[in-house]
Amino acid sequence: MLFQQIARNKRKTGIIMVLFAVILALVGAGLGYIFGDSPWGGMVIALVISVLYLFLVMRDPANMVMSLNHASEIHEQDNPELWHVVQDMAMAGRVPMPRVFIINDPSPNAFATGRDPDHSAVAVTQGLLEMMNREELEGVLGHEISHIRNYDIRLSTVAAVLVGVISYLSGIASRYIWWFDDDRGSDKDDDNNLVIIFKIVAIVFVLILGPLCASLAQMALSRNREYLADASSVNLTRNPQGLISALEKIAGSKPMKKADPSSAGMYIEDPLRKKHSFTHLFDSHPPTEDRIKRLEKM
Amino acid sequence: MSSLTWIILIIVVLLIGIYIAIYNGLQKAKVYTDESWSQIDVQLKRRNDLIPNLVETTKGYAKHEKETLENVVELRNQLTNIPQDDRTQTLKVSNQISDALKSIFALQENYPDLKANQNFLKLQEELTNTENKIAYSRQLYNSSAALYDQKLLTFPSNIIASIHGFKKVDYLQASEAEKEAPKVKF
Repeated sequence: MLFQQIARNKRKTGIIMVLFAVILALVGAGLGYIFGDSPWGGMVIALVISVLYLFLVMRDPANMVMSLNHASEIHEQDNPELWHVVQDMAMAGRVPMPRVFIINDPSPNAFATGRDPDHSAVAVTQGLLEMMNREELEGVLGHEISHIRNYDIRLSTVAAVLVGVISYLSGIASRYIWWFDDDRGSDKDDDNNLVIIFKIVAIVFVLILGPLCASLAQMALSRNREYLADASSVNLTRNPQGLISALEKIAGSKPMKKADPSSAGMYIEDPLRKKHSFTHLFDSHPPTEDRIKRLEKM
Repeated sequence: MSSLTWIILIIVVLLIGIYIAIYNGLQKAKVYTDESWSQIDVQLKRRNDLIPNLVETTKGYAKHEKETLENVVELRNQLTNIPQDDRTQTLKVSNQISDALKSIFALQENYPDLKANQNFLKLQEELTNTENKIAYSRQLYNSSAALYDQKLLTFPSNIIASIHGFKKVDYLQASEAEKEAPKVKF
């Protein structure tokens, strides 16, 4: 089960990267067309930049993800209890001790990130530390250590980075497009209608694609992996009750203030607390009640 | 060389490869078991080192609890005298220490000064940490032992195991008291 999941996650990482390369190329082409009448140029620039960016980030993605989420690193003396619980879970899961971060946010939540188990990091919020007892903390961190063991961290980190790139490009576009349009409207009155329509299509494409990709990534990061990590957590702690009561506390709390939207899929529970959609197709997490129900059967 | 020779050669190389892989798998499982036992050992030693400090700190605040404190020191000394390879005896005494420590931590309810002592609180976290680590390394030991024993019993690794004289290892049985409260909680 675990080994199949690891292999599947590595494969999925590859597929997602190709998928995102295509989307990035299209966004780049759209931008190139709008700003310089050169879709090919835009495509090449977008791809080169994102390949370089991904290469730089993937050498140690934990730092970037942590700083996006305003997390600061701690050591044993800063919070012995948390440190020891992480140590226990890493030992039970036979993975190297990850780096430990705290996010200064009153909402309880946690996530794990990194390139592989040797370069991994976990982050918990201040709210989690205040609300959870040791048993619940073990449940939550068991869940995060399982993500590290399964290579879920690589998959979700790559997706988060790529969603970040696309929304950044989309953001640039939305800021400058209107300015460009004003400029041109007065200069070239004899502009071909067809060209204008093409530009509008390209603009819509670039602007809509950003948010759409974010949801796409969250879908690709199958919700099933949360169930698997819950189950593996119980395998480590031998105590479903801790995780159950932790999930109950987390579900009944307020959303986070500082969570980075592109990393939302990595948290143990959606930090933005979007309503679960009717089809669940665009959810980043399975419904908490379902997760608790499955845990209760263990 | 004829094609038959080639086929035989390939089969021989393949068989050797499989043999080596299985043998290494057995060794690896054995190493994991030993390593997880040494984890338990490390934690037991660490706890033994912490106990005198705890007793020293507690003594000043809870003068009338001499017996409780002496008990834990006595058990600690017993543990250091048990031979290295007597795992059953080691675990038996260490379970008794776990219980004795619980009664020392319970003292803080009667002595508010003790409860407020930073040194005591720090020792409490340290000892809780080792208690949990002992519990988790026992669990790890048992799952490693299960994996290893399974290899000894299943085909084809059982053949290679018997050629090289791999021995079955025993699980660590939890005492009844421990099943009720596997970890120290506050």
